[in-house]
Amino acid sequence: MSEQLPLTPSQTVGPYLRLGLDWSKGADVVPPGTPGEIVIAGILYDGAGVPITDGLVETWQADPDGRFAHPDDPRGAVEPSVPGFLGFGRSCTDETGRWSIRTVLPGALPALDSDAEEAPHLDVSVFARGLLDRVVTRIYFADQPGNDTDPLLAAVPAERRATLVAEKVGEAEYRFDIHLQGDRETVFLQV
Amino acid sequence: MTLAHPRPYQQPRDTHPPLDFAGYKSTGLRAPTQRPILVPQRLTEVTGPLLVGEIGPNDHDLTRQHDAEPLGQRITVSGRVLDSDGRPVPDTLVEVWQANAAGRYAHKRDNWPAPLDPNFSGGGRVVTNSKGEYSFTTIKPGAYPWGNHHNAWRPAHIHFSLFGRAFTQRLVTQMYFPDDPLFPFDPIFNSAPEGARGRMVSTFDMDATQPEWALAYRWDIVLRGREQTPFEEPHE
Repeated sequence: MSEQLPLTPSQTVGPYLRLGLDWSKGADVVPPGTPGEIVIAGILYDGAGVPITDGLVETWQADPDGRFAHPDDPRGAVEPSVPGFLGFGRSCTDETGRWSIRTVLPGALPALDSDAEEAPHLDVSVFARGLLDRVVTRIYFADQPGNDTDPLLAAVPAERRATLVAEKVGEAEYRFDIHLQGDRETVFLQV
Repeated sequence: MTLAHPRPYQQPRDTHPPLDFAGYKSTGLRAPTQRPILVPQRLTEVTGPLLVGEIGPNDHDLTRQHDAEPLGQRITVSGRVLDSDGRPVPDTLVEVWQANAAGRYAHKRDNWPAPLDPNFSGGGRVVTNSKGEYSFTTIKPGAYPWGNHHNAWRPAHIHFSLFGRAFTQRLVTQMYFPDDPLFPFDPIFNSAPEGARGRMVSTFDMDATQPEWALAYRWDIVLRGREQTPFEEPHE
C-alpha cells in the first residue's frame, strides 16, 4: 500500500454560509419550464422542532434515464437526456427554514453489488451552523416504484424508512422535511 | 447486468470532528443522536457534480469586486487540491467566504460593533487547474467575537467549500493562519482530533509573496481517495 496523505478535517459552514454558497440559480437542477419538472421542498428542523434558518441543502441525482454525465459510472458517461440538466441542486434555507429545488424525477439505477435495482432517489448533503461536518441522507418518492426492493432502504430499520421518503403534495410537488434530531430524526447515512 | 463496481472511496479516520462536540453549543440541538447507517457506495455516491458554474471575472480576487479596494492586509492564498492517494484534483470548484479585515461579515445577521467595509463582500470562487492548483487574492480576515461562551473569539479563518469528483468527496472546512494565539481557546478549531488540527493551518510562503504588493499563504487540501483494494463482486 502506498503512502496515504492525511485528510483535511471538516469544519462547520457557520452562520454566514450565504456569502459563499448562495447561487442565484442554485436551486434549478433543470431550467424553469422543463417538461416534467417537479419541486421538492421541505423544512429543516433542529431537535427542538425549530426551523433552521441558516442551513444549506444540496442534492445530487441521475437523470430520468438513470444515467450520469460522469466518467466513473461504469456504464459510461452519458449526456443528460433533459436539456440543461445539472444533476446538482443547492438551496439555502430561508427565514422559515424552508429549502426547495426544481428538478425532474431521476430514473432507477442498477445496484451493482447485487442484481437489485435502486429505486429513484437523490443523494442529499445538509450543512448548517452547529454541524461540524455535513450529514448525508437520501430522498426517495412515495409514488415511485421499487422502494420495497431498494437495497439501501432494506438496510434501514423499517420503522425509520419513512424519513427517507418524500410525499407527493401537489401535481408536481413533493415534500421532504429534514429533522436533525428528535422523535422524527431523519435517517442519516455514512457513505 | 454485470458491471465493474467503481472502487469506493476510503472512510475517513481520525480526521473529522464528532458531530456532538459539547464545547460548540450550537451542536446541542443540531447533531443527530442516532448513528449514521453505513451503506455501500453505489452509482450516486461515486459520481458527483463536475460543475464549475459561472465564474465571474473578479471571483478569484476579493479585492477587486468593488469600485475601490478593501482595507486590510492584501494576501494571496494558493495551494493544491489532492486526494489521499496524492493525486491532484483538476478542474474542481473551490468556493471561499470570509470576514473583512475588522472581523465583520457582510451579512445582515452579523452585527457586532466592528465596521463594515463597503469595498468588501467576502465571497470568491476559483477552479483548480490541470495540476489541482488554485489561487486567489483577498485581504487577511480579522478575528471576531461570537456568543458561544464568555469572551469567545474565533481565530481568523477563511471558509472553503470543495467538491472533488464524487459525492463522497464533498468537503466544507476552514483555513486558519499560522501561530494564531486564539487556537487554544476556539472550540471549533479544537473539535477536530488533535493530530488533525494542523492540517487546517496554512503556512506563510515567502517565496510566493509579491514585492510591493502582497503577502502569501499556502494551503493544500486533501480529499478522500479510493480504497486500495479492488472491490470484489459478491455475485458472479
